[in-house]
Amino acid sequence: MNIFLILEQTLNGLQFGVMLFLMAAGLTLVFGIMNLVNLAHGSLYMVGAYLATTFAQWTGSFLLALVLALAGSLVVGIVVELVALRTLYERDHLDQVLATFGLILFFNELIAILWGRSALYTTLPTWLSGHVALLPGIRYPVYRALVILVGLVVAGLLWVVVTRTRLGMLIRAGASNRTMVAALGVNVRLLYTVVFGSGAALAGLAGLMAGPIYAVQPGMGEQILIQVFVVIVIGGIGSIRGALVGAVIVGMVDTLGRAFLKPMLSTVLSAPAADTAGPAIASMLIYLLMAAVLAFRPQGLFPVTGAER
Amino acid sequence: MTSRARPLVLGLGLVALAAVPPVGGLLNQPFYVDLVRRVMIFAIAALSLDLILGYGGMVSFGHAAYLGIGAYAVGILAHHGIHNGVLQWSLAIAASMAVALVIGAVSIRTSGVYFIMITLAFTQMLYYLGISIEEYGGDDGMRLAVRSQFPGPLDLQNGTVFYYVVLAILLLFLVLAHRLIAARFGMVIRAARSNEARTRAIGFSPYRYKLMAFTLAGAMCGLAGALLVNHTEYLTPEFMHWTRSGEIMFMVILGGMGTLVGPVLGAFAFLLLENLLSGWTAHWQIIFGPLLILVVLYAKRGLFGLLPGGGPRDG
Repeated sequence: MNIFLILEQTLNGLQFGVMLFLMAAGLTLVFGIMNLVNLAHGSLYMVGAYLATTFAQWTGSFLLALVLALAGSLVVGIVVELVALRTLYERDHLDQVLATFGLILFFNELIAILWGRSALYTTLPTWLSGHVALLPGIRYPVYRALVILVGLVVAGLLWVVVTRTRLGMLIRAGASNRTMVAALGVNVRLLYTVVFGSGAALAGLAGLMAGPIYAVQPGMGEQILIQVFVVIVIGGIGSIRGALVGAVIVGMVDTLGRAFLKPMLSTVLSAPAADTAGPAIASMLIYLLMAAVLAFRPQGLFPVTGAER
Repeated sequence: MTSRARPLVLGLGLVALAAVPPVGGLLNQPFYVDLVRRVMIFAIAALSLDLILGYGGMVSFGHAAYLGIGAYAVGILAHHGIHNGVLQWSLAIAASMAVALVIGAVSIRTSGVYFIMITLAFTQMLYYLGISIEEYGGDDGMRLAVRSQFPGPLDLQNGTVFYYVVLAILLLFLVLAHRLIAARFGMVIRAARSNEARTRAIGFSPYRYKLMAFTLAGAMCGLAGALLVNHTEYLTPEFMHWTRSGEIMFMVILGGMGTLVGPVLGAFAFLLLENLLSGWTAHWQIIFGPLLILVVLYAKRGLFGLLPGGGPRDG
């Protein structure tokens, strides 16, 4: 294997990690502040992907479609919060898991009715479909590079909002003690809706960027959702920093494992054995990593201190 | 109604279950014998989940894993030409027990939402493992050419015999679970659910008891998996799909968690409803999803709460 291939796969890992982070940030905030386990977060990702694909077909403009899809997933997120999730905040985790599981069934079926069960594919506009030379001799797809860039910018913005603004202060306060925040006269209901809406928009952003890379189909949200759970468990629930670190680790480990485990194993095992064991172990790698992290730090790498669980 | 009515209702239910094959044969409706057999297999799985969820307070979102392990144990032995049922089912129980022990040992160290996510993630790992092993069918799964073979009159190829075997196992597990819950072990498990700190203070180690319960539930569900693969005569990684875990959990809630009869009722209600709705529209899940939300929000006591004398939990 050559150095270019390793570099390319590392960037792919980063790109996947960035997507995971966009999902994980919303999920971890919603959990940290509202104490809500939202399995339906993946559905918002799916909604984002479907809206972007459809708007792109209608309007013919890729950028316009992105903006519309982002707004669309924000609206869907707020409606879901107002209609279904509001009643769940005071319930125990079991109720939340089951009710949001019900939401997933509903969304997957709704999407299947509206768009059908077969996968959709988006074509990229020409200015995004080429390659860019990162270093002399190293070419990388423009679109994937853009995804990385957008993800990093969003992570930076999120950091500024959370640490430098009044809203961010309320979010951090809510995460450590929401009863006290309410007692100090903050409109907690509104805060909840804002946080959930932003989380939904971030999931939608991840989904609409995923469209041109992965297949857009019903159930796509849950596949990534469970990997996002791994991210959050590794990073520590409620911590945005943990989400970022966890996402990059999981993205890298998963991508590099899938790319290089088989060739690496074939140097020590026989070819057929490596052919069988390589993909099997690669698909289990992030879960084994999670188990290893938990064995040493049951609260994740960046535990949120002082929070009620 | 009085609590004296309860044994009567349960007895009637048992008679009804036992009467399904002859009545089905009389009416020439083998489909319903099949359906009820499937229901009872899922009832075993739901009962095993209820032991840790309802009584132990452990919200495991990965119970389908053991269904899959049990099924794969039978399928893999059959694939290599070993059709001996005793061997197959022993391996199913032993393997699911071992997997539950490992998953439990890691996840019971955590609690609350971590526990939910970790059990879910491990099950997903096994699901992907099933997909990636081409030798055993990968994504497509494999057919079980011959059902598990037992000596003597226990011929599972005969649908009626198989039906009564499943019924007997369900009853056996109900009795065992009943004894277990009432025993010291069950007391500690229930105590740990209601107050872990106090349980520790009076000298029990909740971790060990919880892990034991988790492992036991995994073993029970593994046997359900062995039955399920014999029932469907094929197996795929879908047995371990995370939605399957959610469905088993829904059965427990629907029937009434923390009760023994509840999961059985829940399995009935769930699968009959699924059968009814899917016969009516291919998009049955669009009704099923909101229904699940409504049950969670407004009918947490489940169907068992509607039975005479079936009121409170731990009943």
